[in-house]
Amino acid sequence: MTDAPKRTPLYDLHVELGGKMVDFAGWEMPVQYPLGIMGEHKQCREKAALFDVSHMGQVILMGENVGEKLESLCPQAYATLKEGKARYGFFTNTDGGIMDDLIVSNAGDHYFVVVNAALRHQDIPHMKANLGGVEVTEIFDRALVAVQGPKAEEVVGGLCPAARDLKFMETAIAEIKGVECRISRLGYTGEDGYEISIPDDNAIEITRAFLAHEDCEPAGLGARDSLRLEAGLCLYGNDIDQTTSPIEASLGWAIQKRRKEEGGFPGAERVQKELDEGPSRRLVGIKPEGRAPARQGVEIQCKEGNTIGHITSGGFGPTVGGPIAMGYVANGHGEPGETVNLIIRRKPQPAQIVALPFVTQNYKR
Amino acid sequence: MATYYSEEHEWLTVEGDTATLGITAHAAEQLGDVVFVEQQEVGDEFEKDGEIGVIESVKAASEIYAPVDGEIVEVNETLADNPGALNEDPEGDAWIYKIKLADASQLEDLMDLNGYKAFIG
Repeated sequence: MTDAPKRTPLYDLHVELGGKMVDFAGWEMPVQYPLGIMGEHKQCREKAALFDVSHMGQVILMGENVGEKLESLCPQAYATLKEGKARYGFFTNTDGGIMDDLIVSNAGDHYFVVVNAALRHQDIPHMKANLGGVEVTEIFDRALVAVQGPKAEEVVGGLCPAARDLKFMETAIAEIKGVECRISRLGYTGEDGYEISIPDDNAIEITRAFLAHEDCEPAGLGARDSLRLEAGLCLYGNDIDQTTSPIEASLGWAIQKRRKEEGGFPGAERVQKELDEGPSRRLVGIKPEGRAPARQGVEIQCKEGNTIGHITSGGFGPTVGGPIAMGYVANGHGEPGETVNLIIRRKPQPAQIVALPFVTQNYKR
Repeated sequence: MATYYSEEHEWLTVEGDTATLGITAHAAEQLGDVVFVEQQEVGDEFEKDGEIGVIESVKAASEIYAPVDGEIVEVNETLADNPGALNEDPEGDAWIYKIKLADASQLEDLMDLNGYKAFIG
């Protein structure tokens, strides 16, 4: 894959705003702006931050019984997802591993799906091949912008009053500056906020209008990563992948009761077995006691000195004010309060298993 | 007193056979918000290009490589509690070590301020 990185409709605006552009999953994206990762992170927790997430795949599913058909690929109860509602989920493989995580919305006459940028090329053929009678259309002419933070309702609601009426995980079509947009009240920062799908031609104008609010600043991928980590949310490729099951990844909450009982999705056998007997490893929160961040790949040892797992995501949590991490630990470990050692640059550093999230989620339910 | 610069973006202000060592403002800006500095101890000896510490920013961990041979004679301990000083005053208060030079002739391989400015473009 030697293709030049792709640019989102907001590329020129990122450059104008001083974004430091990096290649991410084949896209030229801002990792930070002049405010810096720490400042952008706090901006999102305290006021509102705007992220370009146009690199993610937006897909429209049309046809009969789309929700039921999605249940053959995902362990979520999409058949009973009500119109105007969105639900987090994932594609599982036949071994019960996670192929990708996604958000599915019931938009009434169609379903709207958002998948990870790096996995568009996998997920779209996967849906085309396995959702018989469903028309799968990838959208290439719409930007996706996330406005997140306690002031997000003021920022977005100021331009689009209908946004104020949405609750967490609700979605609607509404006009912003006379342009029809899809507005969904959700995100991946642990804060209240919206993701807004905007036609390419209007993307910069509408984004500028959000940023014109005194409480809204642009934020890059760096802050997006530290925000989602503090919120205890999994990053595909780090914390979840084709080998990790949803139960191992502590994502059992995202599988509805009926699906747990009935199965009928790829890898259901493993998921049900792990629900009954417990998984052989489990994703947990880890708080280093010192100041040294523990990054992806760092070995986790129990007090006795045996390896019990590895860090999958780790760094500095600006709101926590110290290092934070997530990682898998073997069965028999992982109760909050357990003391472990993290092997950072060959030296053991004490840390504690903690309950996730690190920062209380602040959704508007 | 003269200040030298390395291609690894360190500065070295030399006085006699000792020197104060830190990272340049350019390096600090590239690193972004610094959250942790791992320093070695007084008495540790090192060789040119050897690893003498690690700076962790919100983004990533970056090693500090010795620009010359020498020995650590003083550690700036304020960085342990205030690593962010490396973003605020990297070429002043946020020095990292004072070192004793083992071979002053190695300074000839380093750049002066104009050379460093040209190096970072």
